[in-house]
Amino acid sequence: MAMSNIGRPTQPQAAGTSSAHTSLTGARGLLQDEALIFEMDGWDKTGVDFELPDEDASDLGDLVRTAPIGLPGLSEPEAMRHFVRLSQKNHAIDLALYPLGSCTMKHNPRLNEKMARLAGFGDLHPMAPQSTTQGALELMDRLAHWLKTLTGMPAVALSPKAGAHGELCGLLAIKAAHEAKGQGHRRTVLVPTSAHGTNPATAAFVGYDVTEIAQTADGRVDLADLEAKLSPEVAAIMVTNPNTCGLFERDIIEIARLTHAAGAYFYCDGANFNAIVGRVRPGDLGVDAMHINLHKTFSTPHGGGGPGAGPVVLSEALAPYAPTPWVVSAGEGFKLVEEAEDEAADTFGRMVAFHGQMGMFVRAYAYMLSHGTDGLRQVAEDAVLNANYIKAKLSPVMTPAFPDGPCMHEALFDDSWLEGTGVTTLDFAKAMIDEGFHPMTMYFPLVVHGAMLIEPTETESKQELDRFCHALTLLAQAAKAGDVERFTGAPYLAPMRRLDETQAARKPRLTWRPEPTAVSPAPMAAE
Amino acid sequence: MRYLPLTPADRAEMLGVIGAATIDDLFVDVPDAARKADLFDLPLHAGEMEVERALSALAARNRPAGAGPFFCGAGAYKHHVPATVDHIIQRSEFLTSYTPYQPEIAQGTLQVLFEFQTQVAALTGLEVANASMYDGSTACAEAVMMAQRVTRRKKAVLSGGLHPHYAAVTQTIAHAEGMDITRQAVAIDAEADVLSAIDAETACVVVQTPNVFGVVTDVSKIAQAAHAAGALLIVVTTEAVSYGLLKSPGEMGADIAVGEGQSIGVGLNYGGPYIGLFAAREKFVRQMPGRLCGETVDAEGARGFVLTLSTREQHIRREKATSNICTNSGLCALAFTIHMTLLGERGLRELAALNHSRARELREVLAAVPGVEILSPRFFNEFAIRVPGKAADVVEALLADGVVAGVPFSRLDPKAGMDDVLLVAATETTTRDDIAAFAKALKGRTA
Repeated sequence: MAMSNIGRPTQPQAAGTSSAHTSLTGARGLLQDEALIFEMDGWDKTGVDFELPDEDASDLGDLVRTAPIGLPGLSEPEAMRHFVRLSQKNHAIDLALYPLGSCTMKHNPRLNEKMARLAGFGDLHPMAPQSTTQGALELMDRLAHWLKTLTGMPAVALSPKAGAHGELCGLLAIKAAHEAKGQGHRRTVLVPTSAHGTNPATAAFVGYDVTEIAQTADGRVDLADLEAKLSPEVAAIMVTNPNTCGLFERDIIEIARLTHAAGAYFYCDGANFNAIVGRVRPGDLGVDAMHINLHKTFSTPHGGGGPGAGPVVLSEALAPYAPTPWVVSAGEGFKLVEEAEDEAADTFGRMVAFHGQMGMFVRAYAYMLSHGTDGLRQVAEDAVLNANYIKAKLSPVMTPAFPDGPCMHEALFDDSWLEGTGVTTLDFAKAMIDEGFHPMTMYFPLVVHGAMLIEPTETESKQELDRFCHALTLLAQAAKAGDVERFTGAPYLAPMRRLDETQAARKPRLTWRPEPTAVSPAPMAAE
Repeated sequence: MRYLPLTPADRAEMLGVIGAATIDDLFVDVPDAARKADLFDLPLHAGEMEVERALSALAARNRPAGAGPFFCGAGAYKHHVPATVDHIIQRSEFLTSYTPYQPEIAQGTLQVLFEFQTQVAALTGLEVANASMYDGSTACAEAVMMAQRVTRRKKAVLSGGLHPHYAAVTQTIAHAEGMDITRQAVAIDAEADVLSAIDAETACVVVQTPNVFGVVTDVSKIAQAAHAAGALLIVVTTEAVSYGLLKSPGEMGADIAVGEGQSIGVGLNYGGPYIGLFAAREKFVRQMPGRLCGETVDAEGARGFVLTLSTREQHIRREKATSNICTNSGLCALAFTIHMTLLGERGLRELAALNHSRARELREVLAAVPGVEILSPRFFNEFAIRVPGKAADVVEALLADGVVAGVPFSRLDPKAGMDDVLLVAATETTTRDDIAAFAKALKGRTA
């Protein structure tokens, strides 16, 4: 379609010197300021139309609410604008590389969204008669088959709702197994210093004491320290592999052997399964339980913080204690084992109402079918290739925490290269925002000073990786050249300047309240 | 492979930059014994059409709730979700973003969470709410453990009207932490039975209203008794639409209110993802589990939102955290907030009134069917009936008439000795024709 030539074609005037242009209203171009729904005077508005009941009768008497609830409403066009305006203040994987280490921010195929919305899945009631849900049960059975095959493990519990919930599942199975063997006195769980926070939190949640295992200079579990701490009191070890430094635990088979010799179980945090899927089976490494974040390796969307799904694969030793419900094939079809009896007599119990994150199962299964066994192997290879490429490209300007040998799916840098610049890891990360990228994971793992953990994933093109490395190289050079304000004041070009997290925690305001606030709904304009 | 951008030429060039000869050189740390040279015994990659065909074939073997007269509830309810909700939650910026750890580029998610927390606090009648839990059942278990932290006591008393799955989840998780869980005998209208079990060791009392039999209870007296003993009252609600008609948990004296928010914006999804609602009195805020979004200012004084009080959380506090939860139900919280904003107070009250009215019509019609007894004396949009014979058999029989009659209580709790009890729910989606079809089929099968 040709553009109309009528009227004056725009042409930039000679650029002024000021970059601090402000609008008259406080707006920032098309990026709209947006009030809270509670500030829009919608106390009597609604965006739905109902056919009202003929009678307003109720026999509930004084059980009925009389006081106002305090909920504003908006008409549909207003609501659409409100949420679309808000959406534009978010960064997203669909906008640029999102290098959060340990989070596996990969592309989310939209076919999977479409499949999860088929009425046969999306509009299916969890307690509908099982004769009317056979397709759903078969899908769960197929998903379980893929997960078991990819991990080389004999059983899987599908119901845990996220990674940390999966960890809970694994530790509850371990606890039940120990109790069944008269080993209930085992009170300790060993966790490497580099572990995700969820590992020690989960162990404590289940009532275990947590003991840390040291790490070697090359970023792996210290076998001597592990051996020294393994005792008849130890119930389990929890090791992430590949670990949170982005490294494969070379001694993993020996770790498993030592653990089993001490009568303990080996829980593997599978958050980083993306690095090895299709190439390495955790079952071959001696793992007893491992959760799989479907929202990481199998691309179900992170959704701004969930929902996730955390199925747990289990060894023969732990399988009898798996949580209900699970799917079994029964004659011509499938059925759910929902009660703690017969084949489920040893279950440690139920972790969720109903059967788990079916919506995520559909998406993950569609992802698996799309990739196939060949595509999944390529996923691991490209994820590892991309991370090593970033490590190679950035090593001249930043300091890799473990320079020797390849990394797996994420590249870890420390902050020694920032020493003397007056720029911290946090400042550097915030300056990345001005260059159009989400920061990497910062200050984690805890074992590396000022850690910067970069996980590109396999769904980045070489062009995007180059763009990213170019931006970080320029930033690194700027930091070393003394351009400190570029960092300490960052971000300058984001929807908001740096936010005061200390004030938020000191006097928490967690809900909107009608009384006047000290801070007025703010103009967006940069001063 | 359509999701993998690297070309063979890219890979070769990148290996060159890295200084590796082959991709295998990058996997040198994997022990030889664990390397798989061959593909696994699973299908090869497939195109969109093939995948869609396979998934559609599976979906076609399920009967969606919308396919005909449908009366299942029991903690998951069929409601109409406005088209706007599903459109907005599929926007890239919401769908494909992570937990908002970088608030400067996550104000969209954070402001929504602040609005969500405010809505949940208003609905439950409590001062603070978190940014969501996995679902209602896990929220219930977390509430019990929070009560243990607040009171430093170990005993939890669960009512017999609590959804059996919620009781089971609480038992599994809270028991592992060393709590002593007492569940009262299953009863249709006896939330007050918990009174007899409250003692000086009690950390909390857990009651549900409307309960799993749909029965609505004023829990004010239970609140008084719990507080007199130094215990907390936890009120569970599995049908969030009921907040639009009934007195809120906070109004009746609850210290913690938890709920399943699935009814608002989320859909049935065969049981998940759902969204756990969690609200409490402000004085307990530092003992709450999960993420909290709070208001603050940026470097220029403009109002903004951040995740806050994270010293309660696992990524900071590790083994001393209040919970191990990390990923929650963010996108479902967005769906909830959008739907609740479209409803507004007026819409929610109308929706609740409509649900209640439909259920009352259903009761009138079913009460007239010979052999059927209405068991729930006061209800919102769901109630229990006694049917001749086993409820599970009645449900199977009515399928032949195209009617999904409800949830046999025995499916939730086979040991309760309530094989003839059927839970039936009606919502705004239930039509008079649906109700008539149900009654006709039931008459035909029970005659």
